Amino acid sequence: MTETAQKKTPLYDEHVRLGAKIIPFGGWLMPVQYTSIVEEHQAVRNNIGIFDISHMGQLIVEGSGARAWLNTMLTNNVDKLQVGTGQYTFLLNERSGIIDDLIVYQIDNEKFLLVVNASRTDEDFIWLQKHLPAIETPALAADEVRIENRSANFGGVAIQGPRVVDLFHALFGTDVDLPPRNHIVDLPFDETNVSVARTGYTGEDGVDVFFRTTDAIKCWNAALEKGKPFGIKACGLGARDTLRLEMCYPLNGSDLTPERNPVEAGLGFFVDLTKSNFIGRDVLVRTKESGPREKLVPFRMKEKGPPPRPNYAVFDNGERIGEVTSGTISPSLNWGVGMAYVSAPHAKIGAQIDIEIRERKFPAVIEAKPLYKKS
Amino acid sequence: MNVPDDLLYTETHEWIRSEGENIRVGITDHAQSELTDVVYVELPKMDRQANAKEAIAVVESVKAASDIYAPLKGTVVEVNKALEADPGLINREPYGQGWILVLKIDSADDLKQLKDAAAYRAQIG
Repeated sequence: MTETAQKKTPLYDEHVRLGAKIIPFGGWLMPVQYTSIVEEHQAVRNNIGIFDISHMGQLIVEGSGARAWLNTMLTNNVDKLQVGTGQYTFLLNERSGIIDDLIVYQIDNEKFLLVVNASRTDEDFIWLQKHLPAIETPALAADEVRIENRSANFGGVAIQGPRVVDLFHALFGTDVDLPPRNHIVDLPFDETNVSVARTGYTGEDGVDVFFRTTDAIKCWNAALEKGKPFGIKACGLGARDTLRLEMCYPLNGSDLTPERNPVEAGLGFFVDLTKSNFIGRDVLVRTKESGPREKLVPFRMKEKGPPPRPNYAVFDNGERIGEVTSGTISPSLNWGVGMAYVSAPHAKIGAQIDIEIRERKFPAVIEAKPLYKKS
Repeated sequence: MNVPDDLLYTETHEWIRSEGENIRVGITDHAQSELTDVVYVELPKMDRQANAKEAIAVVESVKAASDIYAPLKGTVVEVNKALEADPGLINREPYGQGWILVLKIDSADDLKQLKDAAAYRAQIG
């Protein structure tokens, strides 16, 4: 893809103004870092950081049949949602492979917001449209479902870190309560309205804030200004990746692909097999019965050395048992860490493995999730 | 970006300081800034022989691994062991304590193949 074909978020000029290094990501030109990935990472762990997440997609599903239909499209149980709450879930293909991982929020009685990965937005939308209830079925108005891709209308920022409560009150007023974890609320802000969800991808307390594209610059600059006393830093995709990997949150396209299912990825918690029907369910049930062939496991290098990276081979006593899908040097732990799919019999916490890097094997150990635990 | 006048450069962003029959090699300020935080450096073995433009070391940042190329044909006579404990030296002092290796070059004539500071500045814009 050429650079001219890449999209820019409404905050692109702000990133350039702040001296960000820009890279293509999922069809967008995004900041990978402003000053230093490690510094930005530490800002989120110790104080607070703000990320542009305007590249993420927003799909609206509404209508009297929206809930029942979504429950046939997504793995988690939409019936557990109430207005103002959200849940992490998967969109699967018929083979139970992961098309996307996303958060679905119920924002009204018959209205749902799906926040999806940037690179998958168009694919998700086409897939969902293709599976809308057929019009000729005698559903009538009773089962009506409409879907709309609103991604171009919305921008967003993730504000993450232990000082988020302070910054939230500085932005929205000391008398306004933060929404509880996984809840979403609409709040007035500087003559406009924004949606604030208590979610994140860093392992720290935080919020994701969504606003109209035209309000993006105002919201971004207000958060940076009001965040100054709390040590806020603008953070890029580099820190976003190291933060999420320390928590073992999967990255779509790396740890999750259409060839992998949620059970293999160790994310069966977000799949409700008691639901009688959703796309991919049959294959998942069989995977669960027979046990997955491979499992996604976190690991830590045992010696100081080169960072593990995607596609490096994993060995156990000379036998090739799998492949790394994510890796880095953890800024919090100062160790090489990563995630790899390894054959199920080898996927045991504490197991000694080797990661092959440039034809040399480096020892590592399979760890429990998360790799980083707050002390 | 800092491009010292007294050094020579390659298209692949190594800098070269001529020291008699040896050359000291590191990566430029521009290169370290593009790479972002360096977290690991794989140094070559002593006495390794390399041709010009042959990959001879690896510098890894949080985001990616990048090969470092021998600017000229020669033999490794010194490596910067300090980078094993503190790879961030490359970010902080790319032209100083962040040097990577010293090559004894086969022919001083080869230095003519390298870029001067003006040519390298033009390259990185």
